[in-house]
Amino acid sequence: MAFDNIVAKFHLLNSSVLNIIKKELTIEWRQRYAINGILLYLVSTIFICYLSFNVRTNVLQPITWNALFWIIQLFVAINAIAKSFIQDREGRYLYYYSLFSAKSLIIARTIYNSALMLVLAILGFVIYSVILGNPIENIALFLINLVLASISFSFALTMISAIASKASNSQTLMAILGFPVILPMLLMIIKISKNAIDGLDYSASYQEIVTLVAINMIVATASYILFPYLWRN
Amino acid sequence: MKKYWWKGLTILILFYVIIGGFLLEVPRLNILNETIRALYFHVPMWFGMIIMLAISLYHSIAFLNKSNPISDIRASEYANIGVVFGVLGIVTGMFWAQYTWGEWWSGDPKQNASAIGLLIYLAYFVLRGSLEDQEQKARISAVYNIFAFCALIPLLFILPRLTDSLHPGSGGNPGFNAYDLDSRLRLVFYPAVIGWALLGVWVATLRIRIRKIENALYQ
Repeated sequence: MAFDNIVAKFHLLNSSVLNIIKKELTIEWRQRYAINGILLYLVSTIFICYLSFNVRTNVLQPITWNALFWIIQLFVAINAIAKSFIQDREGRYLYYYSLFSAKSLIIARTIYNSALMLVLAILGFVIYSVILGNPIENIALFLINLVLASISFSFALTMISAIASKASNSQTLMAILGFPVILPMLLMIIKISKNAIDGLDYSASYQEIVTLVAINMIVATASYILFPYLWRN
Repeated sequence: MKKYWWKGLTILILFYVIIGGFLLEVPRLNILNETIRALYFHVPMWFGMIIMLAISLYHSIAFLNKSNPISDIRASEYANIGVVFGVLGIVTGMFWAQYTWGEWWSGDPKQNASAIGLLIYLAYFVLRGSLEDQEQKARISAVYNIFAFCALIPLLFILPRLTDSLHPGSGGNPGFNAYDLDSRLRLVFYPAVIGWALLGVWVATLRIRIRKIENALYQ
């Protein structure tokens, strides 16, 4: 009986999560300027880096290539995810409040942001390698890392965006609160990425991947438990 | 905690730690030499920081449960003193590093991790400053405090163990359980941890009382 109850609740949560994701996609499609803005931001940052280093393709040191790529990804992530809570008006929150539970909102937004980050990361990677060259030897590991990185950025920054949206100077706060929280993950990501560039075997990055997943689980659990307190107004 | 005995105890312990820490025999080890006494003044700062931040975490959780404004004052003041301990830990560590590693800041994983940890909590105070409404400030900063503590755990306890570090206790260097923490060091080290932590609690309780009086006056 109790089990049935849990299953029913899970179904309810699941369907509302799916609905919210659908809603986010529709809104994103209707207001294409937001996603276009992020894309343009991504492309122009890469182009600025290309011009300021004044390099021809394939002459950037692998370490510099690696650091630059992840710094660009970090800033794109902060800008892309910041809008997930900061752009919503107070009134819309009241409307959401009557429609679905806080927990399904944070799950849906996190999943949606992970997908968004993945798209941006892959696009960024393609453009970046075309313009600045591609020194990676273990492409498969790099792609796995890209997926993990998108999920990590989304897990940590979605919650931070929700916190920052409550304050007045939310854009600055987003960066201040976000950087230190994302840094441990970023260190792991950069290390795995360096291993992929050097063409090392998977076993060399195994420990880092496990740590990254573990940190993600801690952060995700904390967000899931804490978000309802944040939302209650 | 309004009784006096534990304050007297704090003073006694700290006198013992300072006098004993400088005068008692310590093991003669290469490179470390007399800097091994940093164990009494540097390491307890980190213990103190973790204890203060844990108390702060406890009060933040209590605030989310009961919405009692006192819990928020307590959480923020314990976080405050925790950050002070953290800064002292970094500074004492830098002094020690200057004499043993030859550089104030050598980018050791432990140094980097503690600097990031401090950034997290400094951000907590910026967040508090940028929220106007008292109730909202208390609730949102409590949420961030818990979130920050969760982010701090991997930073301080997991990541430094993954990377090579020159810090005692990692990378094959002698640490807590090896020969360098022999029983003579323990005689001062354990009281030092207790003494500095008690001092932190004392400072925090004083500041909490000041904040309570201020709140009463303004209302």
